[in-house]
Amino acid sequence: MTSATITAHGGHHDHHEEHHDQFGTVQLGFWVYLMSDCVIFSGLFATYAVMSTAFAGGPTPHTIFDLPYVAVETALLLFSSITYGFAMIGAHKGNKGAAMGWLVITALFGLGFIGMEVHEFAKLIHEGAGPDRSGWLSSFFALVGTHGLHVTSGLVWMTVMLVQVARRGLTETNIRRLTCLSLFWHFLDVIWIGVFSLVYLMGVSA
Amino acid sequence: MNERTLRRLAGLASLAPMTMLSGCSWDVLDPAGSIGIQNLSTLAWATMFMLIVVVPVMIMIVAFAWRYRSTNLAADYAPEWSHSTKIEVVVWTIPALIVATLAVICWRTSHTLDPYRPIASNQKPVEVEVVSLDWKWLFIYPEYGVASVNEMAMPVGRPVHFKITSSSVMNSFFIPQLGSQVYSMAGMQTQLNLIADRAGSYKGISANFSGDGFADMRFQAKAMDAAGFQKWIDSAKASPARLDAAGYAALEKPSERDPVRLYGTVAPKLFDAVVMQDMHGNAQKAGEAGAQMTSMQMPSAAQQD
Amino acid sequence: MDMAKMMPMMVGKLTMDSLPLHEPIVMGATAFMGLVGLGVVYAIHKTNFWVPLWRDWLTSVDHKKIGIMYIILSLVMLLRGFSDAIMMRTQQALAAGGAQGYLPPSHFDQVFTAHGVIMIFFMAMPFVIGLMNVVVPLQIGARDVAFPYLNSLSFWLTVSGAMLVNASLAIGEFARTGWLAYPPLSELAYSPGVGVDYYIWSLQISGIGTTLAGVNFIATILKMRAPGMDLMKMPVFTWTTLCTNMLIVAAFPILTVTLALLTLDRYLGFHFFTNDMGGNPMNYVNLIWMWGHPEVYILVIPVFGAFSEIVATFSGKPLFGYKSMVYATMGIAGASFLVWLHHFFTMGSGANVNAFFGITTMLISIPTGVKIFNWLFTMYKGRVRMTVPVMWTLGFMLTFVIGGMTGVMLALPGADFVLHNSLFLIAHFHNVIIGGVAFGCFAAMNYWFPKAFGFHLNEKLGKAAFWCWFVGFYIAFMPLYALGFMGATRRLQHYADLAWQPYFVVACAGAGLILLGIVFQITQLVVSIRDREQNRDLTGDPWNGRTLEWATSSPPPFYNFAKTPKVEELDAWLDMKKKGISPLPETFQPIHMPRNTWAGFVIGIITIPLGFALIWHIWWLAAVSFLGAIGCAIVHSFNEDRDYYVPAEEVAEIEGRAAIAKAA
Repeated sequence: MTSATITAHGGHHDHHEEHHDQFGTVQLGFWVYLMSDCVIFSGLFATYAVMSTAFAGGPTPHTIFDLPYVAVETALLLFSSITYGFAMIGAHKGNKGAAMGWLVITALFGLGFIGMEVHEFAKLIHEGAGPDRSGWLSSFFALVGTHGLHVTSGLVWMTVMLVQVARRGLTETNIRRLTCLSLFWHFLDVIWIGVFSLVYLMGVSA
Repeated sequence: MNERTLRRLAGLASLAPMTMLSGCSWDVLDPAGSIGIQNLSTLAWATMFMLIVVVPVMIMIVAFAWRYRSTNLAADYAPEWSHSTKIEVVVWTIPALIVATLAVICWRTSHTLDPYRPIASNQKPVEVEVVSLDWKWLFIYPEYGVASVNEMAMPVGRPVHFKITSSSVMNSFFIPQLGSQVYSMAGMQTQLNLIADRAGSYKGISANFSGDGFADMRFQAKAMDAAGFQKWIDSAKASPARLDAAGYAALEKPSERDPVRLYGTVAPKLFDAVVMQDMHGNAQKAGEAGAQMTSMQMPSAAQQD
Repeated sequence: MDMAKMMPMMVGKLTMDSLPLHEPIVMGATAFMGLVGLGVVYAIHKTNFWVPLWRDWLTSVDHKKIGIMYIILSLVMLLRGFSDAIMMRTQQALAAGGAQGYLPPSHFDQVFTAHGVIMIFFMAMPFVIGLMNVVVPLQIGARDVAFPYLNSLSFWLTVSGAMLVNASLAIGEFARTGWLAYPPLSELAYSPGVGVDYYIWSLQISGIGTTLAGVNFIATILKMRAPGMDLMKMPVFTWTTLCTNMLIVAAFPILTVTLALLTLDRYLGFHFFTNDMGGNPMNYVNLIWMWGHPEVYILVIPVFGAFSEIVATFSGKPLFGYKSMVYATMGIAGASFLVWLHHFFTMGSGANVNAFFGITTMLISIPTGVKIFNWLFTMYKGRVRMTVPVMWTLGFMLTFVIGGMTGVMLALPGADFVLHNSLFLIAHFHNVIIGGVAFGCFAAMNYWFPKAFGFHLNEKLGKAAFWCWFVGFYIAFMPLYALGFMGATRRLQHYADLAWQPYFVVACAGAGLILLGIVFQITQLVVSIRDREQNRDLTGDPWNGRTLEWATSSPPPFYNFAKTPKVEELDAWLDMKKKGISPLPETFQPIHMPRNTWAGFVIGIITIPLGFALIWHIWWLAAVSFLGAIGCAIVHSFNEDRDYYVPAEEVAEIEGRAAIAKAA
C-alpha cells in the first residue's frame, strides 16, 4: 500500500464504532470495585467471627451494647437510602432542585448516623471499652469503624456531587456519578444490615 | 497402614536415589524412628507415582521440540490441526488418575501421620512439655519434675508425647531424623508424637524464623536405652537449679547460644502457666495460672486432642 | 515551644541514627542508588527531556506507555531484588561452622525479607501487569483500557510502594520478619523499629494500585472488545488476564484488610494478632495466605497465557485445545482460593482439615498438567522456530514440570511435616517462580518487544542470557533441594554443619551464573537499542502472528488501530491475513481518545510522603499529604475535558508514514 491510496475524510464519523458504552463500562467497573470492597468487609466480618469470644476478661456485648440507640442509628441510615432513591428519581426527571434537595436530606441523615457512631465510640472508649481492651473490641471497632469511614467518604463524595450538580446541572457525567454513588450508598446500607444483625442483634441475644 | 506395609514402604523409600549419596548428613532421608520412616515413605510413593507422568512429559518436551523444529522439513506439518478429542480425554484422564491415587495416599497419611495421634505401643509414652523461648528450647518432664534447656533425652523404642507452646513468637519444633514438626505458638498448645527406634544424638531445630537469634536455636535430642535415659533424668534431678516463676522469668529473657542447662526442680504446672499467661497479658505470673484455667478462651485451631 | 518538643512533632521518630552511617554495605548501596539517580537526572537535563518526560510519559494515560513504565520499574527492581539474592547466597556460602559471614542477623534478616517482598510485589507483579497493559488492549482491538486515568493512578501507586521499599535502605530499616511478616514477630512487642511499618505501607499503597488495576482490566476485557470477539474468540493471553484480574479483585482486598489490622495493632494498640488480650496470630496466617496463595496464581496465570501465544505463533499452528486451556485456566483460578491452608499444615489443624487442603492442592495439578500437554501438542506437527521466546518456553516447560512435582510432594501433609520451611520448599517455589514466572516474563519480553518498540531484541545475546539463567537456575537450586533433605531450614544467617557448605557454595556459583545471565540481558538491551535501525520491524507483524496486536504497526500509533478490527475467528489477525482483509479503513475517520492527565501521577506520588510520614509518625505531613491526595482527586473530578477526537487528517498522516516505511 502506498500513501496515494490513503485519503482523509473528516467530518462525519461513526459514533457507534468509536464510542464504547461509557455508561455501562463505568457501571460495570464500579460494580467490580464494590465487589472488592465487599471482600474487605468479608475479611472484617470473618475476623469479627473469629474474635467474637476473645473478651480477655473485659466487657462483652451484653454489657456495652445499647440496642435502642443502635436501632435509631440504623433507622437513620436506612432512611438515607430511601431519600437517596428520591434524589435519583429527581435526577432522572431532570429536576435539579429535587435532586439536590434530597441529596442534602440524605447527607443530613448520613451525618446523623456518623455523629451517633462517633458518640457511641467515644462513650465506649471513655468507659474503658476501647479497641485496646480486647481482641473482640478490636474487631468490633475495626468492622464498625471501617463502615463508618466508608459512610464518611460517601458524605465527602455527596458534597462534591452537590457542588458539581449546582455548577453544571444534571449532565450525563453527573448522572453517571450520582448513579455510582447511589450504588455505593445502598451497598453501605446492606453492609450495615449485616453489622446490625451479626454484631449487635446476635451479640446481645447470644 | 500396618507394620508390615510400613517396613515394605521403608524399604522402597530407601531406594530413593538421594539416600545412596551419603550417610549421616541426610537427616530426612535417614529417619531414626517410625514417624520419620512414614514421612519418607509418603514422599517416596508420591514421587514414584508422579514420575510415571513427569518423565514421559519431559522426554516429550525435548523430543517434540527437536522433531518439529522448523528446520526439519521432513517432519509432518499440520498447520490447522488443533483439536483431538482422544488426546484431550487422555490428557485430562492421566493427571486425574495420578491425582486420585495421590489423594488416597494424602488422606490416609494425613491421618496416620497426624501429629496429635498417639503412637501405638505397649509402652506408656514419655510426656515432654516444650517451650520455645527467644532463642532456646525448654523441655519439661512433668512426670519426673525436671527440665532442661537446649537438650532433651528420650528412651529408645518408647513413644514421646510432646506438648508444645511458645513464650513469645512462633517457632516450629523439629527433629528432622525423627520426623514430623509442629509449630510452637504463644497462648496455644500444640502436640506431637514421635519415637526413636535407634539410639543416637539427633539435631533439633526451629523450622520457623523467629528473629535475630534464630540460626542458633538448636538443641540435641538424645535417644538412649532405658538405663541411659534414667541416668539422664537422675543427673537432671541432681542439678541444684530450680525452674520456678523467678527462674522462668530469668530464662525467658532473650539470649542466644545458651549452653545446655538442667533443672532439678520445676514448679508444678509451669507449662500450663506459660500457655495461659500470654492469653491474659503478661500481668499474670507463672504459677498463678491454675485459677485462670476456667475463664480463658481458647482460640480454635490448636484446640484439639 | 522549645526545640526539644518541636523536633518530634516535626520529624516524628526520625533521628540522625536513622541513617545507616555506620553500615558500610548499606551506605555503599545508598550512595550507588543516589549516583544512579543523579545520573538519570543529569541525562534528562542534558537531553532536554524534562518536557517530553512530563508530557509523553508521566502524565500519559496510554496503556502502552504505562505498560512499558511498569516493566521498566520491574526490571530496575529485579536488579535490587537480585542483589539481595546474591548477598544471601554469598552469606550462606561463607557462614558455616563457627563462621558468621559478613552479614549480621539484623542485616541478613532484612535482606531476605526485602528479597521476597521486592521480587513478588515490585518485580513479578509490575512485570505481569505491565505485559497486560502493553498487550491486552491491542489483542482485543481496543484503543485503551476502560479507565485510562485509573490506570495511570494504579501505576504511580505501585511506584510509590517501590520507592518506599527503597527508601528503607537509606533511612531506617526494612522488616526483619520474612516476606509475609507473621505476627507476633511483626508486632510492636517484637519488632519495635520502623521496618515492619515500611513493609506495611509499601505493600498497602502498591496493593491498592493493584486492586484498581484489577477492576480496570476486568471492565476493559468485558466491555471493550472489538466487535465479533465473543468470549470464546478471545486470545488466550486475554483470557488469562481476565482470570488473573478476577483473582486480583477477589484476593488483594484480603491483603488490604490483613495489613490494616496489623497496622491497627502496631499504631493504635489493637489486639488482632498480639499474644495477649485475646489476640490471635493464627488469624493473620490464615488471612495472609487467603491472599497469598491466589497471589501465586496471579503471577503465573498471565505467563501461562504468554507461553500459549508464543507456542502457537512459533509452531505455526493454532493452540491445541483452546477450550480446555480456557477451562483449565478458570479451574486453576477458582481452585486457588481453596488451598491456602497448605502453607501451614504444621499448625495443628487436624488430619481432616489437612487432608482436605492437601487434596484440593493436588487437584490444581490436573488443569496445570493439561496445560503442559496442550503446549506439547501445539508443537506436535508444527514448525517450531527456535527463537529466544521459544527457548524460554521450552526451558519453562522442563523446569515447571519439576517444580510442579515437588509442589505436590509438599502438598501431602505427611511429607510436608518434614519439608515445611526447609530449603526444599525454597527450591520448590523458586522452581515455579523463576522457572514459571521469570522465564515467562523474559519470553514475553522477547516476544512483544518488537511490537512495543518497533525493533527486535538481539537474538544471540538473548540466547546467551537464556542459557545462563537456565543452567544457573539448576546449579543454584538443586543443591537447595538436597539441603532440604539434610534438614536445612530457610532464613539461616549461619549454620553449624560443615557438610552443608559445599552445597551452599555450589548454589552461590549458580547465582553467579544467573548474574551473568542478567549481564547478558542488559547487554542485549543496550546492543539492541544501539543497532535498532538494522533491527526495525516495519511490518508490524515480525513473527507471522495470529492475534490482533500484530495487525497494527510497530510501535503502534497511540490510537492503536486506524480502524477497529472486526473479529470473525479465533486468531483474528491470521484470519484477516488469510481472507486478505486490510486492517486499514477505506477512508480515515476521527478517533476518540482520552486526554493525558496530571492527576494519576500527582496523586500516586503524593502517597510517597504520605507513606513515609505514616512510617515515621510525622503526623502533620501525613495529614497534609492525605488531604492533598484527596484534594487532587476532587479537583480532577471537576475536569470534564477528558477526551478528544484525533482528526482524520492526523490519522491519515500517521498511517501514511507507516505505510511508506513498510513499502520501503
